[in-house]
Amino acid sequence: MASLARLRPRLPRRLPIGLRSLQTSADTTTLADDAHHSKPFTVKLHEDSFRSYRTDSPSLEVEVTKEELLGMYKTMTTMRRMEMACDALYKQKLIRGFCHLAIGQEAVSVGLEAGITPDDKVITAYRCHPFAVLRGGSIKGVVAELLGRQGGMSHGKGGSMHIFTHSFFGGNGIVGAQVPLGAGIAFAQKYLEKPLATYAMYGDGASNQGQVFEAFNMAKLWDLPCVFVCENNKYGMGTSAERSSSNTEYFTRGDKIPGIQANGMDIIAVKQAVQYTRDWVTSGKGPILLEFVTYRYGGHSMSDPGTTYRTREEIQRMRSTQDPIRGLARYIEEWGLASEEDLKKYDKEAKIEVDQAVEEAKASPFPVEKDLWTDIYYAGTQPSFMRGREREEVHYY
Amino acid sequence: MFSSKLARLPGRRLQLLDRSARRFQSTSGEPPSASGHSPSVANSSYLRTTRESALHTPGLQWVDEDNNNVAGRETRKMNLYQAVRDAMSFALTKDDTAVVFGEDVAFGGVFRCTMGLAEEFGRERVFNTPLCEQGIAGFGVGLASMGHTAIAEIQFADYIFPAFDQIVNEAAKHRYRSGGKYNVGSLTFRCPTMSVGHGALYHSQSPEGYFLGASGLKLVIPRSPIQAKGLLLASIRDPNPVIFMEPKILYRSAVEQVPIDDFHIPLGKAEHLTRGDDVTVLTWGTPVYTCETALHMLANPPESIAQHIPASVRKAKVELIDLRTILPWDVETIEESVRRTGRLVIVHEASRTGGVGGEIAAEIQKRCFLKLNAPVKRVTGWDTPVAMAFEKFFIPDALRVVDAIVETLTY
Repeated sequence: MASLARLRPRLPRRLPIGLRSLQTSADTTTLADDAHHSKPFTVKLHEDSFRSYRTDSPSLEVEVTKEELLGMYKTMTTMRRMEMACDALYKQKLIRGFCHLAIGQEAVSVGLEAGITPDDKVITAYRCHPFAVLRGGSIKGVVAELLGRQGGMSHGKGGSMHIFTHSFFGGNGIVGAQVPLGAGIAFAQKYLEKPLATYAMYGDGASNQGQVFEAFNMAKLWDLPCVFVCENNKYGMGTSAERSSSNTEYFTRGDKIPGIQANGMDIIAVKQAVQYTRDWVTSGKGPILLEFVTYRYGGHSMSDPGTTYRTREEIQRMRSTQDPIRGLARYIEEWGLASEEDLKKYDKEAKIEVDQAVEEAKASPFPVEKDLWTDIYYAGTQPSFMRGREREEVHYY
Repeated sequence: MFSSKLARLPGRRLQLLDRSARRFQSTSGEPPSASGHSPSVANSSYLRTTRESALHTPGLQWVDEDNNNVAGRETRKMNLYQAVRDAMSFALTKDDTAVVFGEDVAFGGVFRCTMGLAEEFGRERVFNTPLCEQGIAGFGVGLASMGHTAIAEIQFADYIFPAFDQIVNEAAKHRYRSGGKYNVGSLTFRCPTMSVGHGALYHSQSPEGYFLGASGLKLVIPRSPIQAKGLLLASIRDPNPVIFMEPKILYRSAVEQVPIDDFHIPLGKAEHLTRGDDVTVLTWGTPVYTCETALHMLANPPESIAQHIPASVRKAKVELIDLRTILPWDVETIEESVRRTGRLVIVHEASRTGGVGGEIAAEIQKRCFLKLNAPVKRVTGWDTPVAMAFEKFFIPDALRVVDAIVETLTY
């Protein structure tokens, strides 16, 4: 097997004749009419922004507003700042344990949020910090959770992968385990006849888990309003998609479920794909797959430098040519929506906002000892005692 | 017994039926012939077969305004699967968000526990899933986290292992890892468990021990129809996720008069079936009846084993306790009992190593160390797979229980 795997990259990539591959540039969207400061205007995405399976592609013409694009820029910048702050806190040994950062993948979380409503549901895997903030959480809440403080969104009892809001059902530490949960959430929404979508997200690595296919099957069988989102950052931990998946076109892996592949580095394409899939599932057509082709700059987790299975040049190239934040900045400047100085001001504001949240999080006290024993069973239904860390430590309720 | 039954069959069919007759015999779950005169599930004194006794089941709590009044309440003869169905019917009637799902449940399920529910409540609420336990469990966790009452059936407890991750890592920890923001308290997994006489490796296991470390989860095993109905309704409505394991051999063989109203039997409480001060016998599920047989054998040993039962132990007052809730288990009741008796015998069908008995034995010997007159004794399945041909030897039978009681009493 090992020798086969070594041989593999040498084999020509087989693409059906006439099929073009998706492009993942962050700055190839162009103006379709004049940009406008106060009313919506139309832009045109690169013609290879989407590919589709068993359905049409979303329209390449997208209506945007200046306010929306500037908002996206601010949010993406803030999210990156937050993840960088987490990185620093981790290196200072203030955050311990497991921590997965989404630097490079901001267009997916921020673009998803831009395309859905506050009551739609999202559930994702361990790379979850931006989603938790965008779905109604706070930067302080996320950072404090990672620091294990009372002010954390799960009161410091969860940590990096365990953050929830009213419409966000958490990160998840078990690869693929959140996907059937998404099917269950979608079923509940369908049962209640709510015109809402559930976005069940997973990575290219998780896409080979058996339960992901179990969830696909149930969702299609019962036509659940669920969008299965594969955030394909090209590496499942340290194994590239080509080495892990017999079919790397993740949007085609739903069998009878249609799929869309979208450029996950251009936030305008992300938003367009999200809206297309939201319309699809809320109009009763059943589930749909949505693959975002994106890239993570850092390692899989804090213990992975991220450079043993890919070259530094590759990372550098992605950073310099396909960065989603730089791409959007270029649109904003080229279309005359804001100046470079304005954007720098936003960057500064993001840094201040994050720094302030980090300080607040650090000031939050550690959980009190008695909280170790709560939230295990519903209060009042717990056993009379629970054993603690050491022989003599037994908690009596 | 075996030959006399065959003798009544027409001679020419003898040979043909020989095999199936053997198999039929092996499903009876009865101990060897020494117990021929002893009670079995069919005529157990622990089953409440009259209206009066059923309505006065200890601990039973009526779920309506008139919660103390027994007069005017009715009972109906039900076996265990009918009682389970009755409980689910109440859950579906009273709670619009309740749904029942699992493999083949819309057709009644392999053990008929969901017979007619789909017709009565609609196929949107009682529906078949694909054959994918992990997916079923994950789907249930998602559904319950939206506040729905999710009643999932895992077709056999032996099939719960693909769902183990979802149950242990998602269902059990959901409340804790969200800091109390979310929970899946309205999630219940039902699954048939324990031996059936010929289930063999994948249909006769008792996997309750695997879940002991999953704080946040509850695990319940009923012994009879009344218990099943009351405990299942309490499990479905308990604000924590519950695994409800139904001893499959009792589905048809255990019959009681079951109150037709909505009632609970509280979780986390063991029940005394007999009172005594000499030795405590603790068990749950099917072996309750094996122990009952053993108590009769101890008091009135058949001739063939009489020489092994000293006269001094035949009058021993045995305290038999049905644990009912395995997680979290009722340590106070067991401790109180063992402090009085000074002796404890634990009987379960699962293998000894890693079984629930080990956990109970460790805790009890710690709490009652100076009160114990004998080491805690465990009568369990062997540390082997449940092999089909050897299933009746694998499962603790009455003789082994008697032997353990005698050994404990004479230590």
